[in-house]
Amino acid sequence: MLKKKLFAKFLFVFIIFNSNLLAAEKKLLHVDWSFKGFTGKFDRSSLQRGYQVYNEVCAGCHSMSLLSYRNLGEPGGPEFPLNEVKNIAASFEVTDGPDDQGEMFTRPGRPSDKFVSPYPNVNAAIAANGGAYPPDMSVLVKSRKGGADYIYSVLMGYEDPPANIKLDDGVYYNKYMDGNKIKMSKPLMDDIITYADGTKATEMQMAKDVTTFLTWAAEPHLEARHKMGIKVMIFLIILTVLVYLSMKKIWSRIDSEM
Amino acid sequence: MSEHTYVPESKFGKWFNDRLPLLTLSKHLQDYPTPKNLNYWWTFGGILTFCLVTQIITGLVLAMHYVAHADLAFNSIEHIMRDVNYGWLLRYIHANGASMFFLAVYIHIFRSLFYGSYKSPREIIWILGMLIYILMMATAFMGYVLPWGQMSFWGATVITNLFSAIPFVGESITTWLWGGYSVDNPTLTRFFSLHYLFPFIILGLVVLHIWALHVPGNNNPVGIDIKKPSKDTVPFHPYITIKDLFALLIFIIIFSAFVFFSPNTLGHPDNYIQANPLVTPKHIVPEWYLLPFYAILRSVPDKLGGVILLFASIFILLALPWLDKSKVRSAIFRPIYKQFFWILVIDVLVLGYMGAMPAEGLYLLIARIGTAYYFLHFLVILPVLSSYEKTEPLPVSISEPVLKG
Repeated sequence: MLKKKLFAKFLFVFIIFNSNLLAAEKKLLHVDWSFKGFTGKFDRSSLQRGYQVYNEVCAGCHSMSLLSYRNLGEPGGPEFPLNEVKNIAASFEVTDGPDDQGEMFTRPGRPSDKFVSPYPNVNAAIAANGGAYPPDMSVLVKSRKGGADYIYSVLMGYEDPPANIKLDDGVYYNKYMDGNKIKMSKPLMDDIITYADGTKATEMQMAKDVTTFLTWAAEPHLEARHKMGIKVMIFLIILTVLVYLSMKKIWSRIDSEM
Repeated sequence: MSEHTYVPESKFGKWFNDRLPLLTLSKHLQDYPTPKNLNYWWTFGGILTFCLVTQIITGLVLAMHYVAHADLAFNSIEHIMRDVNYGWLLRYIHANGASMFFLAVYIHIFRSLFYGSYKSPREIIWILGMLIYILMMATAFMGYVLPWGQMSFWGATVITNLFSAIPFVGESITTWLWGGYSVDNPTLTRFFSLHYLFPFIILGLVVLHIWALHVPGNNNPVGIDIKKPSKDTVPFHPYITIKDLFALLIFIIIFSAFVFFSPNTLGHPDNYIQANPLVTPKHIVPEWYLLPFYAILRSVPDKLGGVILLFASIFILLALPWLDKSKVRSAIFRPIYKQFFWILVIDVLVLGYMGAMPAEGLYLLIARIGTAYYFLHFLVILPVLSSYEKTEPLPVSISEPVLKG
């Protein structure tokens, strides 16, 4: 018994030690995201606004090569109506081909097309951005420690550098970036875009919306996963109780002999 | 299985059983006399079988959609996550399933250590178990490489590079493993091939493991030999099956919590970045279940020394039945061993933690002490204890109390 207590104490100290170390790292801005928790869902209108921010602000440099325009209309996502998805796709020029003459040609995009990338290849992207590759945004949220909070924090973390830090041309100071230096200039400023739904486009609003959109892009089946998870849990708990009662009944034959 | 003279009732059953005694086997599995005092630590054998089958079934379907090519692997995983029906579910079960598999196997191994299940006459069961564990580590490592993310690539680079420490032939072996001069497409394709093969070897070893178990029968919490069948035993079915099922369901609830509500917690975010041979991640860390060994590897300043210690730390376990010669199996009756057992548990946890931290300063020092203690436990403490420990009196049977001497 004593051993068990000692062990529990040790585990406790271990966990505290661990969490203190984590806490010593920069504390990210924390947002009460609607998609967190067991029943978390995306805010549909935030996703639609987030797509607008991505399209009008980010997409100039950041590709999103794993998504197709059709995804924008699928359940669990921004759920744009079908005709709007078609319009969005058609607003992009897609290179297709070769045709009967062996020539490549461009045509308006279709919902089945992948998101058109701003640069033909990685090297072109690096060359156009002062030597830094603007990462593809398809799974960006999942590829950063801190996830959505981290993306939001970086977007909101631009500051004037402290007096003792000198920055090169094309390098910016960001509170939450590793080493505090980032090659992307501050992307969001109040009213840089006009939201289609009339929401006021403050910096914070846009940061929240685009982060929500990026989270969906990285985890498009999040809502389906949560929904199924709740059902699975309820099923398992009921089954476990039934099996437990059966077990008690079966073992009562033995226990009564003991 | 010779204790059975089972004759099926139906004529066809008898005809079939005379030619292939599957019905005799089935009867044996049902009646198999099992100690009635087994606690819940004994339910992990069944849980592990479930884990293996789950990994094989999900893996089989994933392999239908996965593309083993350095340029396509990463995106094919994302294709599974996005466009394959319930692909996200399959992949999250498979990825978290690996972690759950190791969680269960560690509990299973430490249960064996606590209750002395590796001792005579169960040495072969133990050795088969350790071979399964070693193959599991190899399989999991190669599986982690398949998504071809940053941690996949750099993990593969670090681990395969270990072999280059072997004198004279090291470089050649590494080149041979890679199928080239760096970790690249040939490495990925052979890892995929082996990742597909190994689980079936594991499955074969599991059959042998259970077969070997059914010769002496289960050990039990008091660790004494019991008569079978007797008042001390119950038939496997329904008593143990229902109990195993209950424990399995609890396990599946925890498993599901990860899969549905926190599927990426046990993974590393860097693995959602496609492999890039030109960019090294800040800290290269293996999956959590390999961390104690990673700490041992890095605690030696010399590469070859680290590799030797790493392999020694695993293979030393094979010799365990001969390092611990104490006749008493269960730690319940070994007051001193019991304490060292818990110290070993703590030591392995500490090593695991240090494996996740950068190998420098205090972390490195603690990792070194932890490594030294790990070997001390097996090479010195256990042999010494077997001769000098004063054990407590054993009960005559499970049903009868301890005879006071």
